[in-house]
Amino acid sequence: MSVEAPIRTARRSPSRFAIAPAHIGYFVLSAVAVLLVSRASLDGYILNILMQAATYSVAVFGLSVVLGLCGQINLAQAAFFGIGAYAVGLGTVDYGLSYWVCLVIGTVAALLAGAFLGMTTLRLGGHYLAMVTISFQQIVTLIMTNAVGFTHGPDGVPSIGRPALFQTSQSYLAFAVAALAIIGYCVWNLKDTRLGRAMRAVRDNELAASVAGINVYRTKVAAFAISALLGGLGGGLFAGGFTYVSPDQFSFAESIVFLTMALLGGVASPIGSAIGTGLLILIPEWLRFLKSIPGLYLAIYGVAVILIIIFMPDGIWGFVTNFLRRFIRPVQVAAVPPLVLAPDRTGTETVLDVKGLSKHFGGLKAVDNVDFAVRRGGIHALIGPNGSGKTTTLNVLSGLYKATSGHVRLGESDITNLSPHRRTWDGLGRTFQNIRLFRSMTALENVVVGAERRGNSLIAEGGGYAALEERALAALEFVGLGPRANEPITRFSYGHQRLIEIARALAANPTLLLLDEPAAGLNSTEKRALHDLLERIAAQGLTILLIDHDMTLVSGAAQHITVLNFGKRIADGESMSVLRQPDVVSAYLGSET
Amino acid sequence: MSLVLQLLFTGIGIGAVYALVALGFVLIFRATNVVNFAQGEFSMVAAFLMVLCAVDLELPYWLSFLIALGGMAFLGAMFNLGVYYPLRHRSFLPVIISTIGASIFLANSTLALYGPQPQVLQGWFETPGFQVGPVYLDSQYLLIIAVTIVLVAFQYWFFEHTLLGKKLQATSQDKEMASLLGIPVARMIMITFIYSAVIGGIAGILVAPVLFVSIQMGSSIALKAFAATIIGGFGDVAGAIIGGLALGIIETFGAAYISVPYKDGFAFLVLVLFLAFRPQGIFGERVAEKA
Repeated sequence: MSVEAPIRTARRSPSRFAIAPAHIGYFVLSAVAVLLVSRASLDGYILNILMQAATYSVAVFGLSVVLGLCGQINLAQAAFFGIGAYAVGLGTVDYGLSYWVCLVIGTVAALLAGAFLGMTTLRLGGHYLAMVTISFQQIVTLIMTNAVGFTHGPDGVPSIGRPALFQTSQSYLAFAVAALAIIGYCVWNLKDTRLGRAMRAVRDNELAASVAGINVYRTKVAAFAISALLGGLGGGLFAGGFTYVSPDQFSFAESIVFLTMALLGGVASPIGSAIGTGLLILIPEWLRFLKSIPGLYLAIYGVAVILIIIFMPDGIWGFVTNFLRRFIRPVQVAAVPPLVLAPDRTGTETVLDVKGLSKHFGGLKAVDNVDFAVRRGGIHALIGPNGSGKTTTLNVLSGLYKATSGHVRLGESDITNLSPHRRTWDGLGRTFQNIRLFRSMTALENVVVGAERRGNSLIAEGGGYAALEERALAALEFVGLGPRANEPITRFSYGHQRLIEIARALAANPTLLLLDEPAAGLNSTEKRALHDLLERIAAQGLTILLIDHDMTLVSGAAQHITVLNFGKRIADGESMSVLRQPDVVSAYLGSET
Repeated sequence: MSLVLQLLFTGIGIGAVYALVALGFVLIFRATNVVNFAQGEFSMVAAFLMVLCAVDLELPYWLSFLIALGGMAFLGAMFNLGVYYPLRHRSFLPVIISTIGASIFLANSTLALYGPQPQVLQGWFETPGFQVGPVYLDSQYLLIIAVTIVLVAFQYWFFEHTLLGKKLQATSQDKEMASLLGIPVARMIMITFIYSAVIGGIAGILVAPVLFVSIQMGSSIALKAFAATIIGGFGDVAGAIIGGLALGIIETFGAAYISVPYKDGFAFLVLVLFLAFRPQGIFGERVAEKA
C-alpha cells in the first residue's frame, strides 16, 4: 500500500460545483411562484388553501429538522404554532403593536419555550420528550381556552392586523410564499452545516457522535429549539393570513396533523415536508364528506401514520430519492495530498496516565484499582482473557462509563470526569468493537464529522468545508478507501467499515488513538492489512492503545503490553517479556498445577 | 380537617387509577423498551365497551365486565400484531410514532362511532357510599382502591412465584438470552400486551363511573400515568404505584385549593419539576445503554 496519493481525474468534489446551479434554480423558481401568486386571479377558496399550505409548511419544516435531521420527536408543534399565532393576534388587536414586532415576539417566545422543554427533557430518553411535549401541548390548549382575560378564551381573536405593505389577502399570500421560500432554503442547507452534520450524527448513533466530539445534548436542544422557532414563525404568518385565531386551531389533533404531514412527505427533507403538507391539505378538501362524521378523518390519519411508518418509513420524497439514487453513480473524488498526523506533543513522555482506576457495577468489580501508563509514540496493547475488563477500561477511558475511583490524565489534563465529547476535544480518539458508523451518511461524511473535532489544529481557521473535506479524503485515502469516499456506508463490507471508523478517528488528528478489538471479525488478509495500517499510523508519531485478542497482531505490533485478568492488572512491560511471564501464560492457557 | 381527609381519600382513589395505568406502561416498557402511547386509550375503549354492553345492550353488569375484558385482551393482541410486531427490529422512534398513530386511531374511531357527547356509566354498587366519621366514603372509590390492591398483590405473586411470570421477567431483562434459553420471546411479548391491555381496561372501567366516559379520558389518564412513572422512577413497578398515588393526591388538593380549570396542569408541572431536578425518579432508573 503506497502512502502517495494516486493520480485521479482532477474533478473537484461535488459539493460546490454541482449544487450551485441548483441554488440558482431554486431562487428562480421561488421568484416565479411569488410572482404567480401575486398576479394570478385567485378566488377566496384557492387563496385560503394556498395560505394554509404556505404557513403550515413552515411549521412542518420545523419537524423535518427535529425529527428528520436529529431523530427527536416533537408532539407539540401545534402549540408552538399557536404561540406564534396568538402573539400576532393578541399583539396587534389588544396591544396595538406592529405586525413585525409581534411576529418577532411570537417567534422568540416559541423558541424560548422550545429551548426550555428541550433542556429539561433531552438528557433523557426519547419517550420522555414525547410525553413532555404532549403535556405541554395540553397546557397551552388549557391556557388558550381558560385564561379568557388574556387570550379571549374559546371565542378566539378576530380582526388580526397585517403589515401595511401587505394589506390585501393576495399580497399577504405572496409575502407568505416568499417567506416560505427563504425559510425552506435555510432548512434545505442546514443539513450540510456543522450543526446539521452533528444532528445527523446524533440521529444515526449517539454514542459514536459523542466520541467523535459532538455535544449530543446541546445538538438535540438546538434541533428542538429550531423546530419550535419554525413552529412559532409559521403560526405568526398563519395569524396574519387568516386574521382570526381560536384555541381549536392549535390542539393536539393539529400537532398530529403536522406530524402526519412530515412523515407522509418524507421527514428527512424540506421538499418532503412541502409535499406532505400540500397533500394533507388537499386530500381532506377532496374527501370533504369524511368531515361530516367527527373523528373519522383523524382516525384515518392514525392508521395512515402506522402504515407509513411500517411500509414507507422515508415518506414519499424519501421513496423517490431512494429510487433515483440507484441510477446515479457516486461522484469521483479528487486527488488530495497524503494524510498528515501531527499529534499534540506538549507535556511529558507519558501520553495517558491511569492511576488506581476502578469501575464497579454494584458488587461486580469489572475494573479494580488498575494502573498503567502509555508512553508517547508506538503501540501499547491492553490484553486479557474474556471478561477481564478490557472494554470496560476503554469505556471508562473514553467517558462512556463514569469511573468509580481513580484518575485518568491525557497529556497535561485530568480527563477523569469529562464527558466523552470533551475528551475528544482534548485529543482522545477511539473506535468501537461493534462498529458504530453514521449509517445514513456516505463514508466521506462520516469522516468529515471526525475531522470537525474542536481542537483539531490541522484544520485551518476559516478553511471552511473544503478544508474538512480534504482532510477527510486524505484519511480515507490513508486507509485505502479514497476512491469510494462518496458511497453510502451500507455498501461497504464489514472490514471496510472498520477502516472507515479508523479513518474517522484519524481525521480528527488525535493525541491518542484507542482501538477496541480492531481485528475482530477480519479475515487473515484484512488482518495483515490492519497490521500494516497500525505500523503506518505509529510511524507518524501517533500513539495507539490497542485492545485485541489476536496474539499475532498484538505481539507483532505492540512494543508494550499491559495484561488484565478479573479486572486487575497482572502484568505490565515490554512485549516479549510480558508474554513469557507465567501469570500471563496461565491466565490465557490455564495453569498446569 | 375533615376536608383534608376527604380530599386525601379522593386523591388516593383517583391515584389508584393512575397507578393501574402506569403499571401497564411499565410492563410493556420492560418487555419491549418502548413506551406505549396508546395505553390510555385502552382504558377509554374498555369504558366504552362497558357503556355498549351495560347501558346500550342492557346486559348484566358482571357479564358486561367480562365481555369488556375479553374485548381488551383481543385488542391487546391485535395491537401487538398490528402496531408493535412489524416494527420490533427498528429503533424506538418508529415504534413510538406507531403507538401514537394507534392512539389517534382508537380515540377518533370511538368518536366516529359514539359522537362527542360524554356517556354515563353506573357504578358497580347500588349504595353510593357511606359516612365514616368526618369522611364520606364513595363506594366506587373504595372499589377502585380494593381492586388496585388485589391486582398489585396478584402481579407480585405472578411475577415472583410462577414460571410464566419468571419467563416474562427474563424476556424483559434480556430478550436474546431468554430466546437462547428456549423462552418463546414473541409469545411472552404477546402476553405482556394482552395483560397490559386488560389492566388498562380494568382501570378505565373502574374510573368510568367517577368521571364521564369520554374520548378524552384516555389521553388525560395516560399523561398522568406517565408522569406517575417518572415520579416513581421509570421501569419500576413500586415506583409507578407510589407515583400514581402521589399524583392523584397532589392533583386533588391542587384542584381544591388552587384552581379547578388548571387541574390537569398540575401533573405537567410535577413532571417538569422531576425531569429538571430528579429525572431518575424517587426509586432511580435502570442502567443506561451499554457501549
